[in-house]
Amino acid sequence: MATVANAPKDPFGTFTAPKGSFRAVHTRRKGCGVIKPSAKESAFAGRELGIVVALVAVVGAATIARPSFLSGQGIHDLFLNASIIGLLAIGQALLVITRNIDLSVGSVMGLSAYLSGQLFLVDKDLPVIVVVLAGIALGAVCGAINGALVAIAKVPALVVTLGTLYVFRGIDYAWASGTETTQINAYQMPQGFLSLGSGSILGIPHLTLITLVVLAITAYGLHNLRAGRELYAIGSNPDAARLAGIPTGRRVFSAFVISGALVGLGGVLHAAYFGTINASVGTGRELAVVAAVVVGGVAIFGGSGTVLGAALGALLLTTITSALPILGVPAFWQRAVDGAALLVAISLDRAFMVRLAERLRAERAVRRAG
Amino acid sequence: MTALTPPLLELRDVHKSFAAVHALRGVSLELHAGEVHGLAGENGAGKSTVVRVIGGEHRPDAGEVLVDGEPVHFSGPRDAQQAGIAVIHQEPTQFPDLTVAENVFMGRQPLRSFRRIDRAAMNRRAAELFDSLGVPIDPGRITRGLSIADQQIIEIGKALSADARIIVMDEPTAALSTVEAERLFRVAERLASNGAALLFISHRLEEMYEICQRVTVLRDGSLVTSSAMDSISRDELVRSMVGRSVEQLYPERAADAGDEALVVTGLRRAGVFADVSFSVRRGEIVGLAGLVGSGRSEVARAIFGVDALEAGTVMVGGRRLPGGDPRAAIEAGVAMVPEDRREQGLILDLSIERNATLPRLGAVARWGLVRRSAERALASTWADRLGVKRRRVTDPVATLSGGNQQKVVLGKWLATEPVVLIVDEPTRGIDIGAKVEVHALLSELAASGIAVLMISSELPEVLGMADRVLVMHEGRLTAELSKEEATEEKVLQAATGGTE
Repeated sequence: MATVANAPKDPFGTFTAPKGSFRAVHTRRKGCGVIKPSAKESAFAGRELGIVVALVAVVGAATIARPSFLSGQGIHDLFLNASIIGLLAIGQALLVITRNIDLSVGSVMGLSAYLSGQLFLVDKDLPVIVVVLAGIALGAVCGAINGALVAIAKVPALVVTLGTLYVFRGIDYAWASGTETTQINAYQMPQGFLSLGSGSILGIPHLTLITLVVLAITAYGLHNLRAGRELYAIGSNPDAARLAGIPTGRRVFSAFVISGALVGLGGVLHAAYFGTINASVGTGRELAVVAAVVVGGVAIFGGSGTVLGAALGALLLTTITSALPILGVPAFWQRAVDGAALLVAISLDRAFMVRLAERLRAERAVRRAG
Repeated sequence: MTALTPPLLELRDVHKSFAAVHALRGVSLELHAGEVHGLAGENGAGKSTVVRVIGGEHRPDAGEVLVDGEPVHFSGPRDAQQAGIAVIHQEPTQFPDLTVAENVFMGRQPLRSFRRIDRAAMNRRAAELFDSLGVPIDPGRITRGLSIADQQIIEIGKALSADARIIVMDEPTAALSTVEAERLFRVAERLASNGAALLFISHRLEEMYEICQRVTVLRDGSLVTSSAMDSISRDELVRSMVGRSVEQLYPERAADAGDEALVVTGLRRAGVFADVSFSVRRGEIVGLAGLVGSGRSEVARAIFGVDALEAGTVMVGGRRLPGGDPRAAIEAGVAMVPEDRREQGLILDLSIERNATLPRLGAVARWGLVRRSAERALASTWADRLGVKRRRVTDPVATLSGGNQQKVVLGKWLATEPVVLIVDEPTRGIDIGAKVEVHALLSELAASGIAVLMISSELPEVLGMADRVLVMHEGRLTAELSKEEATEEKVLQAATGGTE
């Protein structure tokens, strides 16, 4: 044992490749495969670029129809609209990357929004930060419940969160009907809390700033921390992840808790922004969130995608929603257009994967022939 | 030195059962520093279970695992890794969406300040690692699309980067060419000379003689023998693995070939195979040999129409198949028993009868509705003819042993009364008794006038069963050998692209 432990890190310092080695092949490969080293990175940069192009097209068309769409106020509104859904999409992306999903986000958001209103009913002088933290904590607990069922009880996330979607919403309704106030209005909440939702710094809405900070932190963590890369590994090949010694259950559980906390934060921000809270806040949001994530290029079977893409996906979808009435499309077409965007995104992904597979196969053919 | 110091790794009287299958019955094994230890045995002998116990994937039901003479209890692969064990699996386990360097260092990435991953260092170290192995793979590319040989190299890189001192290689050479395998042996020897202990599993006995110092033989989950490599002859080794003389494994049969039932010409699928032409006559068994990844199964899939063809024709009984249409192939009388029966051949949760009659529902249906009695009668007929050991035909297929599952798959296709039968790895992972039965069955089918194309990675099986042997290498047919010409050496040479 000692001999091994003391052996130099690279035991092959003097190891020479056998005759007819692959060195020659490699140089040739390098030559023909200039695109290859960045196959992955370029794919994602391409995807995010694609969303930006689509955004520019939508904004451009809407601006031609109504120039004020691109005014300072217009841009301000676009980002504001996308902020909460973007926050949820970032959390959802963490889960989808690990080949999981959370359909209960709308209900969790409703619970957390209702909790913030109730807290102010109890004590209007409660510090805003306490309410924010309470909402985050509630979301994290809901996420922990989902995560425990998925990671420990090994029930598929789709089923677990479909169940908790109804359970959490049920709790929300039961809670609201158990109190005398089923709807909490802006006048019942302190001004400091409402300005969290409506205020801005240097023209950038608070909500957008919060989402951007969360985006920066999660993007950084996913890219630079071991735990972040392990989320990708789990989604890419769960069995191999286990064999590589990754604590897959713990990582998936953590992803659910983080996502839940972000949804909890989203609920509080929703309360602060709209100022009106009842038990149906967030109903149906889960589908918009999943759509944003998929449009943003996160593979639904895990392993690839970025939180930046997911956030951009949310921005694109909300921008399309804002642009439709301006472009003269009746509001009831909005859902259909969201769906169409989703289908286009998935078709593009599929086409890209097929092309990548063909290219890799062709490369191998070249190597074999060469 | 080895006499005084405890073995790096020791298994003592290890038992392991899975449901009804007793996979290991009292296996003991010692791995010493500086030694390459061979583990031999037929498929299903328990080698993979030994690998999984050492790797922390399975916990033994009884017996002990010792590292450095101390008993250890692995609760998962990570524990085994921390004890210095690296397992290079038979099927490489990559993350296809991540880069090569990330695959090598997953969970152990070099870090900078604030526990950030040092990507530059990671890529550099991965490149150094591959350079030292003599296979410079670009560390920055994604793993998807790499050949199995390259993926294997990544697995080895993983083990090396983890400074593992107990390295288990589960059939690492199955997909490697001779040159690649030689390179691997040099690496293995160097690891051993640096004080690591290696457990080496291979079906190629000559490889064992080349690099192993000791060999342990398993049969049906039991330890048969363990001895120094140079004190056991090849014949003794084979006999201890098989437990009977090899002749008994393969039925005596006189080839009585009739017309050409299957003729393929110029099959091509870019990057997978090219220029594949051959024919199979009625009553003949033709073996298709080659390394994993040489394109054998892909050719079979293309003939059956699962995959589309880019060029070439498939003729069955003189009629040309449209290509890319399995239904037309079935109607023309082609049956295919796929490589992976659990994934592709069976619906495990359905009953034996349901599985058996699936391709033939038309025959047991009336007015579009399946008649249970007819279904049961058809399934029972075939289950009896094939000797499927079952309690009821309504039991789920999952409850059967591997050998009996394979018989259900065969029965399912035989019920379509095929002209051409393609079998891909017909005896993979089934015990020797069932193997003999499957061989007898194939031989019987050929005698009844069916043209059989048999793909197998087990050379003895190909040599024992086939009237003619076709060999593929890198997507091309490299040899066609008659039963008399075909020897293990000639087939291997053609399969690895050797020219001398």
